[in-house]
Amino acid sequence: MNRHSRPGQGTPGLGQGFHRRQGMLSSQEKARDTRGALQRIWIYLKGHALELVLVFLLVVLSTVFSLIGPYLIGMAIDSMGIGAGVVDFPLLAKILVGLLVVYTLGPLMAWLQNYIMAALAHVTIQDMRRDLFGQLQTLPLRFFDQRPRGDIMSRLTNDMDNISSTLNNGVTNIFSSIITVLGALTMMVILSPVLTLISLLVVPPGIVLTQRVATRTRRYFLEQQRELGVLNGYIEEMISGQRVIKAYAREQKVIQDFNEKNTRLKNVGTLAQIFSGLIFPLMNLINNLSFALVAGVGGYMAVKGTISVGMIAAFLNYSKQLARPINDLANQFNLLQSALAGAERIFEVLDESPETTGSVEPPDSVHSPASLNQVTGEVEFRNVSFGYEPGQPVLKNINLKALPGQTIALVGPTGSGKTTVVNLLMRFYDPDNGTILIDGRDIGTIPRAGLRSALGIVLQDTYLFSGTVRENIRYGRLTATDAQVEAAAGMANAAPFIQRLPQGYDTVLSEDGGNLSQGQCQLLAIARAILADPAILILDEATSSVDTRTEMHIQQAIFSLMQGRTSIVIAHRLSTIRGADQILFIKEGEIVEQGTHQELLEARGFYYDLYTSQSRGIKN
Amino acid sequence: MGFISYINQRKCTTVLQLIAYIKPHWKAALAAIISMLIVVMVDLLLPTLMAKIVDQGIAKSNLDLIIKTGLLMVGVAFVGVVGGIGSTYFASVAAVKFSTDVRTDLFQRVQTFSFDNLDQFKTASLITRLTNDVAQMQNIVMMMLRILIRSPILLVGSLVMAFFINARLALVLLVTVPLLALALRYVIGKGFPLFKKVQQGLDQINTVSRENLAGVRVVKAFARADYEKERFGQKNHQLTAITIKASRTMILIMPLMMLIMNISILAVLWFGGVQVNTGQMMVGQVIAFTNYMTLILFSLTIAGFMLMMVSRAKVSWDRLLEVLKTEADIQDVVRDAILDTLTYAPRNSESLIQEGRVEFENVSFYYQGAAGTPVLQSITFSARPGETVAILGATGAGKSTLINLIPRFYDVSQGRILIDGVDIRQIPLKLLRGKIGLVPQESILFSGSIRENIHWGRVDAPDEEIIEAARAAQAHGFISKLPKGYDTVLGQRAVNLSGGQKQRLTIARALLKKPTILILDDSTSAVDMQTEALIQRALKNHLAHCTTFVVAQRISTVLGADQILVLEDGHMVALGTHAELIKTCPVYQDIYRSQLGKEAV
Repeated sequence: MNRHSRPGQGTPGLGQGFHRRQGMLSSQEKARDTRGALQRIWIYLKGHALELVLVFLLVVLSTVFSLIGPYLIGMAIDSMGIGAGVVDFPLLAKILVGLLVVYTLGPLMAWLQNYIMAALAHVTIQDMRRDLFGQLQTLPLRFFDQRPRGDIMSRLTNDMDNISSTLNNGVTNIFSSIITVLGALTMMVILSPVLTLISLLVVPPGIVLTQRVATRTRRYFLEQQRELGVLNGYIEEMISGQRVIKAYAREQKVIQDFNEKNTRLKNVGTLAQIFSGLIFPLMNLINNLSFALVAGVGGYMAVKGTISVGMIAAFLNYSKQLARPINDLANQFNLLQSALAGAERIFEVLDESPETTGSVEPPDSVHSPASLNQVTGEVEFRNVSFGYEPGQPVLKNINLKALPGQTIALVGPTGSGKTTVVNLLMRFYDPDNGTILIDGRDIGTIPRAGLRSALGIVLQDTYLFSGTVRENIRYGRLTATDAQVEAAAGMANAAPFIQRLPQGYDTVLSEDGGNLSQGQCQLLAIARAILADPAILILDEATSSVDTRTEMHIQQAIFSLMQGRTSIVIAHRLSTIRGADQILFIKEGEIVEQGTHQELLEARGFYYDLYTSQSRGIKN
Repeated sequence: MGFISYINQRKCTTVLQLIAYIKPHWKAALAAIISMLIVVMVDLLLPTLMAKIVDQGIAKSNLDLIIKTGLLMVGVAFVGVVGGIGSTYFASVAAVKFSTDVRTDLFQRVQTFSFDNLDQFKTASLITRLTNDVAQMQNIVMMMLRILIRSPILLVGSLVMAFFINARLALVLLVTVPLLALALRYVIGKGFPLFKKVQQGLDQINTVSRENLAGVRVVKAFARADYEKERFGQKNHQLTAITIKASRTMILIMPLMMLIMNISILAVLWFGGVQVNTGQMMVGQVIAFTNYMTLILFSLTIAGFMLMMVSRAKVSWDRLLEVLKTEADIQDVVRDAILDTLTYAPRNSESLIQEGRVEFENVSFYYQGAAGTPVLQSITFSARPGETVAILGATGAGKSTLINLIPRFYDVSQGRILIDGVDIRQIPLKLLRGKIGLVPQESILFSGSIRENIHWGRVDAPDEEIIEAARAAQAHGFISKLPKGYDTVLGQRAVNLSGGQKQRLTIARALLKKPTILILDDSTSAVDMQTEALIQRALKNHLAHCTTFVVAQRISTVLGADQILVLEDGHMVALGTHAELIKTCPVYQDIYRSQLGKEAV
């Protein structure tokens, strides 16, 4: 898991390419199973096999053309002879025409190859992104609860980005680099084996040197990444908690801690940058040295008549072409590695088993709401036990039965397992033991989509999507008309504040309803549930953030909503609970008391205590 | 260079600010540039030396000269590597120091921000700016000092050398270079707007993804998987379409430049041949000339890509400047002539906030930018030392805003707030906030142990006091049940605790502070009623002399208050005790009834 918590990557920013350009930065990221990852990427590319073949053909051709160029230039120079008045113009003209053809077709093919590849890469990414998102929709809640949100986000964005740019440039680059190296080397050997040997003389020491630098670079980069992670984590936390820092006037201390971490990053970061930058001048040295050697030795050979001036020029060109792709290749391979690591992380999500258990259930995507259309709303828990973690039961042997139209209130201390009851009923999680039945039917056999459309829920933490108020309410029933949306808002008592918003129902809400108060968000969520018109209603602390006066106003709406529906209500407030047909007092995962308000008061148990603790306050 | 000035015009001011940050490290920056000059000079020297070998060595069969020149080239190459290492070294030092400075300034700036500033920026965006944007800027400065500087020097140097070799042949370049520049400008001019759209598309994808992750329960509860897939699919498609368009535009650069350059090499070879024939030029010079042309092409391509990156970096830099330029709208101690004459400002700050008498005088408040509609209007009341003031009202009535004014998270727009007779704007912020214990609505805890989190309240508090505070907040019970007790390490956002547990920890944290003024902003909403009653009782014992403000939803929370302030739409509609309000205030009666049923009244 620690591989995944790449700090500072949770926040997708602009142009991750900048990071990648450093090459070394991603070098510590390697795919565990390179072959497996490649095979799976291939599945995505398979449909474009024809284009791929074309692209590779074009790469080969454009590379060959770029290799012919220098040779022709060398010939052109030789056609001029050494000294004045001996230029063979007809030959020069012929050569130049040849060059023109090669030099026009080369770029054209390079362009064509990129043109095709651009679409190919991005369409492939589109497919992968679609699949990943689709998979996310089918994964069980457990998956999301166990994983930091930033981590999943990073897979959807950064990792995708990595693969995309590698597909877009990397693959053809690597391919053309290899062809160029082989081609240039061949040409060099043909032109002069001696000069080839001499120009390659500087390569081994160069490799040793760069390897040494690279090893240290990797070490410093790892350290830098670690410090960067620490610092970014600190920044993230301190900025999120800025309001508390102010409340406790801790700014100075926080800045101090920050400076300390920032300085540590500076120290190791400088080293990392210096060492990673060293590759560039070192490669340049190797290039220049081989240039000098070839020029010197070539000159000597030219005087001896074993090589012509033009061919020295051509040779120099080839040796330059040789150096650049070797330079590139190292970088490209780093990129490829990090892209493959990213691909692995994406496939990891795709391999998670979706939200289906048992063979009885048809796939989630198959809608058969008809099977639950005539729900009368009888809900039953039979000996249900459940724990989020094995060995830590949250619910123990729960039995409850709600007759159609009844209201059941779940009461109990925080953490007693009330919300878990709801999670099980919604099949966000499946019970470890026991069965849950709706109208006598095991919910494990009902398709989730169908089950959930029969259940209406207003959650403890509401979630609004960016979009208009209207769209957010319509989420309850996508086919609802504007009038129906507004009617639902009216019933939830949300209409007054919506009308006061600058654009009314068309006001665009920022992400997570940032521009509304918590209470207003709740009202919208209630309107959403009203619109959904479910057979069974679940209110999980639905009105906890709404003030009681507003609550009273919507209570009426909620009561009328509850009419003819089975309702399961979790609430702290007695006013919400009192009218319930059954009150279940849950303590540490067990139902310890059960009955109506009156019965439970007479029992003088937990509920009585709870009730009187509030009354005591009132009497003071 | 037309395209450089074209881009420069738009960036002039931004660049100046960037330079201001590099200035303190000008020595390293200058050293980096000088080192780069050495590198470029070496690059420029080598083709000429090569020409010398051809024209004076080979043509005249002068072996001695060939060997000498060859050795000279080797020497020059080594000089080049010294320059290269120097440039890397100094550029790294300058760039890392730059980013360290910028990050520090940003962080310190954020620390001075008022809540209003924070509201405007949004937390997530601030974090991105401090992490991603700074990292990008570091890379850019690094590249600027190494590659971007290199390109123009190499370009000018190659042009000069080319003219030096043969001015007439160099006329070819007079056609080529502007043509190249134009091509670059055209493609970049087309590409930039597209890349902006790509970024927007990416943002949309991210928004949908983030929403689906955050709202996964809602999506599942409403069985909206297909709807969301459709929504995502649309954005995904849009992004792909625009990305393909953008990259298809950008990939024009290379082939276009290659084409222009290749054709001009053809021209050089032809006209060079003519001149060689007439003896005005030598073959080696023709070779050198084509070499310089390759260098020109190379520098232009690099410059083109760099400009593209710089332009993208500009977005980052602008986002950083936005933070750096934002003045905190809360100044520490306001030295305002009017305020001075109005209030008595004691010299000795130790004597400030002793008793905890809080007075609101005609206080109004509106958020910045929110035109007109005041959140609070003409609020006047006073809380005597040790009193409990409960604030009650509908969602959005302004309760949180009212209590946020006391620690000066926001400054009043009109009127004033006095603590022990002193306008709070004249009390040093640190002192003011040091005396106020505030438990915010949203329980924010930091990664670290539970003990460390409570310790925030008072850094020097001994363990016994921590436990005492935890007991009062009814947190000791659940803490001691945890396997590691007070040393239990909380993850970020304390995901391992329930809402009620988090709230109790934040209350303990505030209690440890032993504040003169305690503010509870609906801080027991996730705690069940029994526990809440216990907390209230403990607070009474613990903080008898503390002036307490309680924002609450539950009537049971406010019943015991000395004063209950009822807010509606930013107006104070009533102030009094429960006994008074239940008789006189219809809004209060409403609220009371809403919670305890009709029979209760």
